Amino acid sequence: MTTRDWKNLVLGAVLLGIAALLPLTGDAYAIALGVNIAMYGVLATSWALFSGPTHYISLATAAFFGVGTYVTASGIDVLPYWALPPLAGIIGGILAGIVGLATLRLSGVYFVIFTLGLAEMIRQIVTWRQNATGHKGSYVLTDLTENHIYWQLLGVAALVYLAGWAIGRSRLGFALRIIGDDEQVASHLGINTAVSKVALFIVPGAVAAIVGAMIAPRYIYIEPSTAFTPMLSFQVVIMAMLGGTGRLWGPIVGVIPFTLLWEVISVSFPNQTTLLLGLCFLLIVYLLPNGFVGLFQKIHARALSKEAYQ
Amino acid sequence: MDIIITGLLLGGTYALIATGLNLQYGVARIMNLANGEMLVVGGFTAFALYTGAGISPVLTLFIVAPIAYALNWAIYRVMLRPLVKRAKSRGMLEQESILTTFGLSFTMVGLMLWIFGGSYFKYSFLARPFVLFGDNYGLNRIVAFLCAVIICGVLYLWLNHSRAGMAIRAVAVSPESARLVGIDVPKLSAHAFAIGGAVTAMGGAVISTFLTLDASTGVIFTMKALIIVIMGGVGDIRGTIIAALILGVGETLVASLINPGLTLAAAYGMFILILLFRPQGLFGRKPT
Repeated sequence: MTTRDWKNLVLGAVLLGIAALLPLTGDAYAIALGVNIAMYGVLATSWALFSGPTHYISLATAAFFGVGTYVTASGIDVLPYWALPPLAGIIGGILAGIVGLATLRLSGVYFVIFTLGLAEMIRQIVTWRQNATGHKGSYVLTDLTENHIYWQLLGVAALVYLAGWAIGRSRLGFALRIIGDDEQVASHLGINTAVSKVALFIVPGAVAAIVGAMIAPRYIYIEPSTAFTPMLSFQVVIMAMLGGTGRLWGPIVGVIPFTLLWEVISVSFPNQTTLLLGLCFLLIVYLLPNGFVGLFQKIHARALSKEAYQ
Repeated sequence: MDIIITGLLLGGTYALIATGLNLQYGVARIMNLANGEMLVVGGFTAFALYTGAGISPVLTLFIVAPIAYALNWAIYRVMLRPLVKRAKSRGMLEQESILTTFGLSFTMVGLMLWIFGGSYFKYSFLARPFVLFGDNYGLNRIVAFLCAVIICGVLYLWLNHSRAGMAIRAVAVSPESARLVGIDVPKLSAHAFAIGGAVTAMGGAVISTFLTLDASTGVIFTMKALIIVIMGGVGDIRGTIIAALILGVGETLVASLINPGLTLAAAYGMFILILLFRPQGLFGRKPT
């Protein structure tokens, strides 16, 4: 590890430590907002770990998230709570592995299409099972408060950042960057492209399931339509894109302003949320195709070239 | 027997929608995730004209088609052409068009929610029984199927037996080579995209005679159309029609034998089988 690595590591730990102090303010609204930001931050960062280097757009976040909430909902009466998020992670990872094995051997379009409908398909199956067994929704009653959820999510965030940092330095991360640049070159170099992609896709799958399992106590009452909202996948993509997927810190830079903006939109225009979300998305695709990270790099490069001329 | 016929009738309409998507993806190279919303627009137009002015949905087809053509042409020129220009490779265009049309689909859903509200739209058109091989079928489904057959048939003949159709097929095979033989690829791509949108919107008008639609159902039809296109093979109209009929029958089988709530799961099951065993499509050849 170089001094720069140590510096980044310490800086990240300090920032997380400051973020962890938020519940001490005692402001319920700020904490609720903090939970949202932490949730989207974890989801968007883990999404970008896979979709950033490979350029494969995954729309499956809602599916894994929903599976996670259902792990908590159906396991809370049987197992202690602390066992549920890891279990959700394992199930989400296995599901992601299966989806990856079926679709990632082929071109990217198949993957996108498959993930687009995955949440809806699982929702249909869960609804069908519930109707067959006769109970509609389930209650998740715990004594966990918003503070606990917030701290848990920060813990997951720390793990995701560490994992992202480790993957970025590993052979796997290097292989994926080559795949993203040119898949043919990658396979000529002897990289097993399918295996690398599936291996990395397991990460966002497991993380989204863990987050779902942790958020479940917040919902209290869980039914398929709340657990598998397709809007979630969309929001995660838009936030990660706004921040930029090229750097590990990119998504969170998009998550914070967008969550705040979304708060304003859903309070002021509750009936036009879908329309405004679509418009935001189009604006980002056309005006900020590389997100804030791209913008920052452009400004930085311009400043550097100016210095060189002087 | 009645399950198979109901499935075939449904599959006929699916063929129409998927053919529209196949033109957009196969020729214009735009993976259009807002396809289902165009369908809902067609359906809502038919609903508004039938309940407001008493115009038969079959006549509405002739109104919907030119409007949808113009709308899709404008979408292609204004929103998608810049992406085609800035894309460095086909993969990059695919990715950017997915993102853009995804945003477009949410924008359209939002607009329709705003204008029409979130309720279901249903009207009663030719809801009379029609006897076929001793079983009763809704007359509206039969009429819808016939409309779909006529539109698909005309489209098939036009693509295979006219000069413009041949040019479109040439672009579908290879845009680079099509350019070399003097085909105006950008212009033709815009036309193909617009025709695809028009066909899908007509499919929406047809489907609204027997299915209930609401502002946000579009994505389900997008999914099914995508699955059909992949099953039938990209750029292959004949494959699309057969795949649509298979999907229609399969879905009806699952809906009537297991549970009507599982139609998308059934479509997914078929999708997985195709991905595992014939990713190049039912009639596609393996890439060498």
